[in-house]
Amino acid sequence: MSESKGIDGDMINKPEFITLSHGAGGLLSQQLIAQEFAPLLARAGQPLNDAAVITLGGVRVAFSTDSFTVSPLFFPGGDIGSLAVHGTVNDVAMMGGEPRFLSLAIVVEEGFPTADLHRLVQSVAEAAKRCGVDVVTGDTKVVERGAVDGLFINTTGLGVVYEQADIDPARVGLGDAVLINGTIADHGVAVMCAREELDVGGEIRSDSAPVADIVGKLIEVLGDRVHALRDPTRGGLAATLNEIAGQADVMIRLDESTLPMKPQVVGVCEILGLNPLQVACEGKFLAFVDGAAADNALAIMKSVTNGEQAAIIGEVTAVGSAQVQMRTALGTTRLVEMPPGELLPRIC
Amino acid sequence: MKFIQEYQNPEQVHRLAREIADVVSEPMSFMEVCGTHAHAVARYGLHELFPEQLGLISGPGCPVCVTPPEVIDAAVRLAQEGVWVAAFGDMMKVPGSQGTLSGVKAQGGQVRIVYSPMQSVEWAQENPGEQIVFMGVGFETTVPSVAVSIGEAKQLGLRNFSVLVAHRLIPPAMEVLVDQPDVQIDGFLCPGHVSAIIGSKPYQPLADGGIPCVVAGFEPLDILQGVYVLARMRQEGKARVANQYKRVVRREGNPVALAKIKEVFEVTDCRWRGLGVMPDSGLRLREEYEDFDAEKRFELDLLPVAEPPGCECGAILRGAKHPTDCGLFGSACRPDHPIGPCMVSSEGACAAVYRYERVEGD
Repeated sequence: MSESKGIDGDMINKPEFITLSHGAGGLLSQQLIAQEFAPLLARAGQPLNDAAVITLGGVRVAFSTDSFTVSPLFFPGGDIGSLAVHGTVNDVAMMGGEPRFLSLAIVVEEGFPTADLHRLVQSVAEAAKRCGVDVVTGDTKVVERGAVDGLFINTTGLGVVYEQADIDPARVGLGDAVLINGTIADHGVAVMCAREELDVGGEIRSDSAPVADIVGKLIEVLGDRVHALRDPTRGGLAATLNEIAGQADVMIRLDESTLPMKPQVVGVCEILGLNPLQVACEGKFLAFVDGAAADNALAIMKSVTNGEQAAIIGEVTAVGSAQVQMRTALGTTRLVEMPPGELLPRIC
Repeated sequence: MKFIQEYQNPEQVHRLAREIADVVSEPMSFMEVCGTHAHAVARYGLHELFPEQLGLISGPGCPVCVTPPEVIDAAVRLAQEGVWVAAFGDMMKVPGSQGTLSGVKAQGGQVRIVYSPMQSVEWAQENPGEQIVFMGVGFETTVPSVAVSIGEAKQLGLRNFSVLVAHRLIPPAMEVLVDQPDVQIDGFLCPGHVSAIIGSKPYQPLADGGIPCVVAGFEPLDILQGVYVLARMRQEGKARVANQYKRVVRREGNPVALAKIKEVFEVTDCRWRGLGVMPDSGLRLREEYEDFDAEKRFELDLLPVAEPPGCECGAILRGAKHPTDCGLFGSACRPDHPIGPCMVSSEGACAAVYRYERVEGD
C-alpha cells in the first residue's frame, strides 16, 4: 500500500484495486477522482461539476457524459433507456444548459434478447422526445457473454446555457435557501426492491424524469439569483449537499420535517437500515437560491410538472466551515455525513 | 408509517425528556446493549435531550462488531479458494487480519450479499457443482431464520451448503459485563429485536442481582420511556425487568422461533471480539446437523488473531471507552477506510458517533 494525499487533505491509503464503493458517488468516488483522474486530466482551477461549461463560437455550452448500468434493466417507473436520457439531460440542466443533443452508445452482451433491445431503444426515443433533445450520433458494441451484465449505455449531452444563468457552486453563500422539486430516495429504493424482489405491499416507482423544464423556468424568472443546481443521484442528498458545502465552504442546515418523502419509501429504508439521505434520486434536483427569492422559487417549481411537491428544505447558516447538519423533527441537531461507499443493508 | 410517527411526537418527547431530568438527581449510567439503540440515539440527537448526569453507554450489541477476526479471515480464505460465500450486507467491509469480503469479491471471489439465509440455500440449489457457505453472524434475532434454512437444506439433502456459525447470545454477555470492575452499569436498556425472540424473562437473573432492565423499542419515545423507567427504578432503589416494547415483545418470547433454534443449535462457550471467551455465550450446530458445519466440512482452524494496533474496539464494545477516546477515531479509522469493526457496521458505536455526532457550531 502506498500513501497519497486525500481529497480532504489528510493522508489516506491508496487502494490496491477498485471496489464497488469507488463507484457509489460518495467519499471513495471523490478520492478516486482526486487521485487518478484530476491530476492528469483536469484543467487547473476547473471545478468538478455535473457538466462542463465550454465556449464554442462565442456560445456557452454545457457538456456532460454519463454511463448507465442498472440491475434490473427494467424497473417500476422506468428502464435503463429512459434513465440514460434523463440522467444526462439533467446533468446538462444542472449547469444552466437547455439540453439539445444527445449521443447514445450501447455495449451489449451476446445473447441479449432483441425484443428487449427494441423496447429499450423505444424508451430512449420516447424520453428524448419528451425532453426535446435529438439523438444525433451513436455506437453499438457487442461483447462476449459475461463481459457486461446485459447492456450498458453511455450518453453524452450538449445544451446551450441560458444567457441569464450564472450557475456556480462557489456562488452559494450565507442565507441561501435550499430547495428540492419533490420526494427523495424513490429511485434507489424502487431499484433495490425490484432487484431483490422485496414485496413491500404496494409498488414503489423510480422517480426517473427530466427536470430541465423546471430549471428553465427558474432561470427565466430568477436569473442569477439561482446560485447552484445539482441532481442528487448516486450518494443521494447527503453526497450532493456535502459536495456543495465543500465547494462553497459553507455550513448547510437541513430541516428534517420539511423533507418530502413517500411513506412507503420511509418504510423500506427503516426495514433495510438505509439512510434515505444517501439513496439515489433520478428526477430530482437541489437548487440553491438567494434567500430573498426562496418563496418565489418555490412557487415557480410547484407550477411546473415534476415540481408539484417541491419544498424549501434548508438554508446556508454559516460560511468558512464546510459541514451539512440536520435539525431533526425533535429539534435536535445531527450531522449529515458524506456517504463513504455503497449502501449495504444491515442484519437486523 | 403513521404507526412509527406516533413514537416520534416532538411534544411528547420533550415532555418525557423533562421528566427524565427531574428523576435523574445523581449520576446514572445505563448501557444500551443493542447497536440499533446506539444508532437511534445518535440519529435522533437524543443525547442533547438528556441531563448531564445521565450517561448512556454503548454495549456489545452489534453482531458484526463482536465477530472475531479469525471468522472473517476464514470466510475470506474460503472465498479466495473458490468457495462461494453468502453474507449479510454489513459483513462485507469488516476487516479481518487478511482483508475484507468486499476486497476478495473485487478480486474475483464469489461473494454475495443476501437479505435472508434462505437465499443462500436457493443459491446452493441452483449451483450444485459449487460449495456455498453462509456466514451465520447475528444474535438471537437472526438465528431462527438460519436454523430454518439449515433445516430446509437438510430436508433437500443438499451436500453443497454449509454455515460458518458465529452466532452469539446476548444475556450471557450482559452477565459478564455487569461484573467488570472498570465499567459502572446502573441499568440495561435491553435490545428490542433480540427480546422479540427470547422474551423479557431471560433478564430476570440480572434484575435479581440488583440491575434494572427495561426492554425498549427503537423510536425516540421508546428509548426515552425506557430510560425514564430505568432512572425511576434507580431513584427508588428497585430492580426489576420492565417491558416498554409490549407491542412486539412478550415475556415468554416467540416459542416457535425458540424451538427452532433449540432443534438445530446448542449452547457453547464462545469468543467475542474485544470481550474474549464468555461461558455459554454462543451457539454451535447439534450433532444431527453437523454436516452443515462449514468449520468441520472445510477443516477450518479458527485460532484467535491479534487486533489491529491502536484499535480500541474491544474497550468500546464493553463500554469502558467512548469511540472518541480511541486515537484512531476519525483520523486513521473512518467509514471509508475502517480499521476496527465498530466503524463499519450500521450498528457499530463508532460509526454512529462518526455519522451523526461530530456537529460543529455555527
